[in-house]
Amino acid sequence: MSLAATEATAATPPAARLRRWAARPGEAVAFGLVAVFLIAFLVVPVLTVITVAFQDRATGGFTLAHVGDFLSNDLFMRSFWNSLYVSLMSVVVASLIALPLAYFTTRFEFRGAVLVQTLGVLPLIMPPFAGAVAMGLLFGRSGSLNLLLGDYFDINIPFMEGLNGVIFVQSIHYFPFILLNLSTSLRNIDRSMEEAAQNLGSHGFRLFRRIVLPLAMPGYVAGASLVFIKVFDDLATPLLLNVREMLAPQAYLRITSVGLEDPIGYVISVVLILFSVLSLWVSSLALRGRDYATVQRGGGGLARRRLPRGQALAAYALILTILALVLAPHLGLFLLSIATIWSFAPLPDGYTLAHYTRVFAESSQYITNTLVYAGLAGLIDVVIGTAIAYLVLRTRMVGARWLDYLAMSALAVPGLVLGIGYLRTYFGVTLPDGTSLAAFWGIIVLALAVRRLPYALRACTAALQQISSSLEEAAENLGARRLRVVRRIVLPLMAGGIAAGFVTSFATAAVELSATLMLVQSNADAPLAYGLYVFMQSPAGRGAGAALGIIAVVIVGLSTLVSHLVTARGGKESA
Amino acid sequence: MRFTQPVLGRRALAAAAAASLSGAARAQGVSGKVTVVTSFSNDVTAPFKRAFEAAHPGTTLEVQSRNTTAGVRFVQETRSNNAVDLFWASAPDAFEVLKKAGLLEAYRPQTQGIPDTIGPYAINDPEGFVTGFAASGYGIMWNERYMRANRLPEPKEWADLAKPAYHDHIIITAPSRSGTTHLTVETILQGEGWEKGWATIKGFSGNLRQITERSFGVPDAVNSGQVGIGIVIDFFAFSAQGAGFPVKFAYPSVTTVVPANIAVVKNAPNTAGARAFIDFLLSVQGQEILLEPTIRRLPVNPAVYAKAPPGYPNPFNGTIGLPNFRFDLGVSERRYAVVDALYDQLVGTNLEGLKRATKAIGDVETRLARRDNPQARALLEEARALIAAMPVTADEAASDAVAGSFSGRGGPGPRQAELEQRWAGFARDKYTAAAAKAADAAKAAG
Repeated sequence: MSLAATEATAATPPAARLRRWAARPGEAVAFGLVAVFLIAFLVVPVLTVITVAFQDRATGGFTLAHVGDFLSNDLFMRSFWNSLYVSLMSVVVASLIALPLAYFTTRFEFRGAVLVQTLGVLPLIMPPFAGAVAMGLLFGRSGSLNLLLGDYFDINIPFMEGLNGVIFVQSIHYFPFILLNLSTSLRNIDRSMEEAAQNLGSHGFRLFRRIVLPLAMPGYVAGASLVFIKVFDDLATPLLLNVREMLAPQAYLRITSVGLEDPIGYVISVVLILFSVLSLWVSSLALRGRDYATVQRGGGGLARRRLPRGQALAAYALILTILALVLAPHLGLFLLSIATIWSFAPLPDGYTLAHYTRVFAESSQYITNTLVYAGLAGLIDVVIGTAIAYLVLRTRMVGARWLDYLAMSALAVPGLVLGIGYLRTYFGVTLPDGTSLAAFWGIIVLALAVRRLPYALRACTAALQQISSSLEEAAENLGARRLRVVRRIVLPLMAGGIAAGFVTSFATAAVELSATLMLVQSNADAPLAYGLYVFMQSPAGRGAGAALGIIAVVIVGLSTLVSHLVTARGGKESA
Repeated sequence: MRFTQPVLGRRALAAAAAASLSGAARAQGVSGKVTVVTSFSNDVTAPFKRAFEAAHPGTTLEVQSRNTTAGVRFVQETRSNNAVDLFWASAPDAFEVLKKAGLLEAYRPQTQGIPDTIGPYAINDPEGFVTGFAASGYGIMWNERYMRANRLPEPKEWADLAKPAYHDHIIITAPSRSGTTHLTVETILQGEGWEKGWATIKGFSGNLRQITERSFGVPDAVNSGQVGIGIVIDFFAFSAQGAGFPVKFAYPSVTTVVPANIAVVKNAPNTAGARAFIDFLLSVQGQEILLEPTIRRLPVNPAVYAKAPPGYPNPFNGTIGLPNFRFDLGVSERRYAVVDALYDQLVGTNLEGLKRATKAIGDVETRLARRDNPQARALLEEARALIAAMPVTADEAASDAVAGSFSGRGGPGPRQAELEQRWAGFARDKYTAAAAKAADAAKAAG
């Protein structure tokens, strides 16, 4: 990465001097609370399940034989390399999708920037099952696109087959991680940096490559590492495309086989967790020794320029093309939700609103539950995410970084493992009214919060990385207490990042299924994803499931829009 | 399990009375919430819930929908403080796991008129832990538009699926993922014998397009036309037809019938309610609900078929052809996990290799049909033998050394992962050799 960027920010104090505060009581308390939360709701439940990986079957003692089996098995090693390849390629393709969207909407006067930013989040909300069916109907071997291509050109493009199919679908699905975090970073860049470079004669692509992008690195790295880890650990997409030779599906297939107690599934889970932490560490190396903080705030980030007419048209065309591609699954989902029958045809046979009528009649409680659960989970996530980011970046507390790694490892824990762990740990605990703690709906909220914490955490960390601590020092010099500084200076300046974190956690929690399916104990407490699962189990429920999926997308889309508008207004006010 | 408790007898009678009087009589002692964990869809559970609650005023049926894996896990993990009364699903293996873990309670309903077996299959668990309340037949489902576009003839028999024309057009669930597919595989193995049975299974598996990991994935793919032909349970196809999809279904002349089961969970909070629900399922009223178009399963009470619409398949009068041998439950149980793992390793992870060899053989076969060549035929036979070769014999598969590796406990034999690695390597080598033989045959055929 360019040294120019590093030197350009040299006006702010180097990283080492930031950490001059020893642990204050408040920070120690925060550390303790976060640690207790993670241990109680992540470490203990997961450990109760995956210790099988290291247990000798006969004696119950410790053994590494299963790990040896993993390493000496061709299938698993092939799966490992496949997973690695797919994850890296997905980061590349997702970057190609996200960069133009982020760049044009933050750097130029661009009509509909908020809309583009909102639409850009939608791919994250791919409802389980329904999304898969919609993708197949559009891009599958007998999907609309291939049927049309077959009719007119007699060709068939395997979009959804093999490892390349996985890369295609994963990139479309997860690029919003990069888009959201990068956009936030771009907005936080000090405009004077860019102006200085321009005064020195840099412009155009060189300006972007040497100054803007390097300064936005915290956001990009946060997004890219999320994409990498998520793709590495994701099992839904490979299973949907029937690609089994990847690690996550291998673990899943073994853990979910009825009646089989094969330890290898849990060994793979451990490998996934270790590898996620490792890649996080590598990505933190990429940012180490550089300072991304900027002093000037509230200027709305980079100066927005007006594009010349020709370029503006080109930019709009590019962005519309990208949006069309990434929103195609949602278009498919929408068509499915108003279709009578859609089978081996480019378009449905007929259209109807009956599915929506059915959904609203049968399952309005799902919608309320989802809003409550995902909203609470998102709140918990940004609170804990901010706390961890603060502890890591602003204190010298031993172990703060481990909290970060620990929280991120949640990304690699299969939902089913977490669900089983919760039941195992908390089912015996009874609430005052005699019911089990695991039967209380709050446990679903906690499971969602733990599973989606990594998203909020990365966003909060990236936001804090871009705030110069000299602002806080200034406030303290003026006599403000630490808590007041955090409340009045740090949090408002982090607002964009916190909002981005909330949106990602909220949006993805709204469609989580695997842990939910384990923990839901009555229809009245069930969230939308569960309702979707119930619908999608029968052919007649396909349209209704899609309708429920569209409702999820609309709800999350609206929430995202609102939070973008709030952030935008907040930004103006603080200016 | 005679009526040792007087209360129970009264309750069973009352339940029967309630059923026959269509809910006029209120069953004494049956009240409150009956919680059932099920893998059945809403379409199936809702009519039963309505009718049961009407027959027993004051009771509610609390339906917890979970897939089979999650359902089994849930009952296992919550055993300390069990809140579930009934486990209600198709997969026989799931019940087997729960029974072995001591999580079920025996109950023998006293309903009249239900035979012990359907064809070679026992309806109820011999020890009374699991009760069969319905059956379903396995068959072939296809998408008419897909078949027309690809100019494929309609398949009739299992053997048809091994024909070259269907290469890359078939979808199935892995037996390790679906107890019903497992039962079909096991039926073929018992009916045709270990060696010949595996040859048949690998024969049609070489034409597979995909192996899905959930059983509903098969009808889903056929309904949307992603794959042309699926091997499915009948009600998947019938409910798809009911929803209007352009699909058709046929029972092969000999097929498998799989039971749909229900069992009382041990330490159920409402045992009386649980038993009443089982009685209700088996009552004439309950059995008739099975005939509803959205459910469409085969009642286990032969008398109920009199009320069925014309053309309704009936395994008791030969509309569905059943194999005429006795299904050996003991053999099946001993090698259950081994058969699953063999399929996963020989077919699942080696599907590409198997398909390549099958395609090569099929291509030569098509050419030989036009111009015969004995030398090429002989080579093809060798290639087929290579595909059919098995790494373990039937005796070995059921032996402690092999089957013990899959029990999760310690055993004298190698660990599961070691065996799987060995089997996968075995299959890979054989399929490569088979493809080479087929290439030789192609040369010989000229």
